[in-house]
Amino acid sequence: MHSSTARSTDRSDAETPLDTLYQIETPEGIDLSVQVAGPVPRILAYAVDLLYRTLILVILGIALTFAGKAGVGFWLLGSFILEWFYPVFFEMFRGGQTPGKRAFSLAVVNDNLTPVSWGASIMRNLLRFADFLPFGYCAGMISMSASRYFQRLGDYAAGTLVIYRQEESNPVALPQVPPAPPPKGLKLQDQQAIISLTERSTALSKGRQQELAEILEPITGHRGEASIRYLHGVGRWLLGTRQKPATGAGADTRDKGVAP
Amino acid sequence: MKQKDFEERYSPSWARIENYLAGYEKNTIPQTQASADNSTQQFDLPVAYRDLCQQLAMAKERQYTSYLVTRLNQLVMACHQRVYQQQSISKNRWLDFIIRGFPCALREQARFVWLACGLFLAPALVMGLGCYWNDALIYAVMSPEQVLQIEAMYDPANRVLGRERGSDSDLLMFGYYIKNNIGIAFRTFASGIVFGLGSIFFLVFNGVFLGAVFGQLTRVGFAVTFYPFVIGHGAFELTAIVFAGAAGLMLGHSLVNPGNISRRAALQQAGRNAMKIMYGTFLMLVIAAFLEAFWSSSTTVSMEVKLAVGALFWLLVISYCVLAGRGTHTDSREVVR
Repeated sequence: MHSSTARSTDRSDAETPLDTLYQIETPEGIDLSVQVAGPVPRILAYAVDLLYRTLILVILGIALTFAGKAGVGFWLLGSFILEWFYPVFFEMFRGGQTPGKRAFSLAVVNDNLTPVSWGASIMRNLLRFADFLPFGYCAGMISMSASRYFQRLGDYAAGTLVIYRQEESNPVALPQVPPAPPPKGLKLQDQQAIISLTERSTALSKGRQQELAEILEPITGHRGEASIRYLHGVGRWLLGTRQKPATGAGADTRDKGVAP
Repeated sequence: MKQKDFEERYSPSWARIENYLAGYEKNTIPQTQASADNSTQQFDLPVAYRDLCQQLAMAKERQYTSYLVTRLNQLVMACHQRVYQQQSISKNRWLDFIIRGFPCALREQARFVWLACGLFLAPALVMGLGCYWNDALIYAVMSPEQVLQIEAMYDPANRVLGRERGSDSDLLMFGYYIKNNIGIAFRTFASGIVFGLGSIFFLVFNGVFLGAVFGQLTRVGFAVTFYPFVIGHGAFELTAIVFAGAAGLMLGHSLVNPGNISRRAALQQAGRNAMKIMYGTFLMLVIAAFLEAFWSSSTTVSMEVKLAVGALFWLLVISYCVLAGRGTHTDSREVVR
């Protein structure tokens, strides 16, 4: 185990003062960043888990009524295991996700972003009781709100985090326009802004894109629909597309199709 | 290099990593497919992971678009989780922990164990003697109904011991003892994070209660049934509660007096050490619940045998804690992580 947590956070303090981003440096020398999950999704996930646990106990209770006193004994045993070890089981065998956490795509990891270990998982779930004090997870809530990475007391002691496990992001479809050479003297930031606009062509409304594109009217000299098309073309050029899709068939693997 | 060329050059290797990870996740790479696909066999994740890290660094340095950086970051994260996955605990390690690790951990933290012991026994002793000499003192901690109930449980006129029950409900009581007693131990430990106050409260509270019951039952002359009942499982149960309290006090101490490191680091360090004690405590409490349900309440075993066996258990537990694992000079910190 490497202890890469040796605060790369000093730097992220300066860089991202108001973000839920958590960054560590891996032994390979690169920064990994994840989004830590705040109290609200975690409470919702807990509620889902609570529902499941209650359901299991009710079903177990009904099933064991036929077993008499021994059945009650088994039920007590079951409720003990569910109370303390239900989260441990899922955190260890289901990639840090209880069913509730899975529903909100959260996951528990060690604070060096490795899969949560046995000791840490048991620890954070034993300390649930401390987080519960004095009632209704008050201590945990206060601890989470006061902590930089939304850690409850159990997370502090075990050295764990609850993060968002992102879904696979699909490649963005670029707008089908012929690439256009950019005007001279574009700074890096300008290039990035144009590329970003191009990539978000499906996410932004037509009107908004037009509004944004027309800001550059003095430079591009285009208005209306043409201004968007021109900027998208520049964006594709900047991303590396050179040949016009109409003539260079098969050269562009990222967006198949022919420009109108 | 433009982003598109970059993506074109490396996307086959990213796809290979994704396939590998997906197969690993499901744990079911079909053999036929694996052997047919030659690249899967020769796939070397650490090498691919290092290359991927370099590609992510390049993508960031060249300020490629956020979509690409995010995708690579996710892929690196998935590999990171796989590469640095921790070894599962092997059977030998558990055996080693029971034989050596647990008692060594206890002795390493001897001052917390003694402190917890004092916090538990001192109130118990005071309350025990008090209730023995003063017949009204017990009502300070218990309601008259509770006192009557407890007296009824251990009345020598009864034929069953412990909670009033027939012998058919041993399993019921086993479940009850597991849930209740282990729950108490876990709470005693967990609440220690409140600067040790919770553990102190639970230790003193349980000490007072235990002392009161002992004093009262001795005074009214139920010792002949009560002592043989508790001595057997008490060897495991009472010591385990003390150990859980000691583990909780360790957490509290790390916050009150972190030493030269930050409170967060001190707490994590104390937590790792405390967990070693808690594993052992859990095992002891399971043994205790088993004994309490199936042995202590047994009416067929005579009182003398129970006392003798109980004394043997005490001797066993104490000598285990004091002697086991001595002389092996390996670092006990490696035992259970």
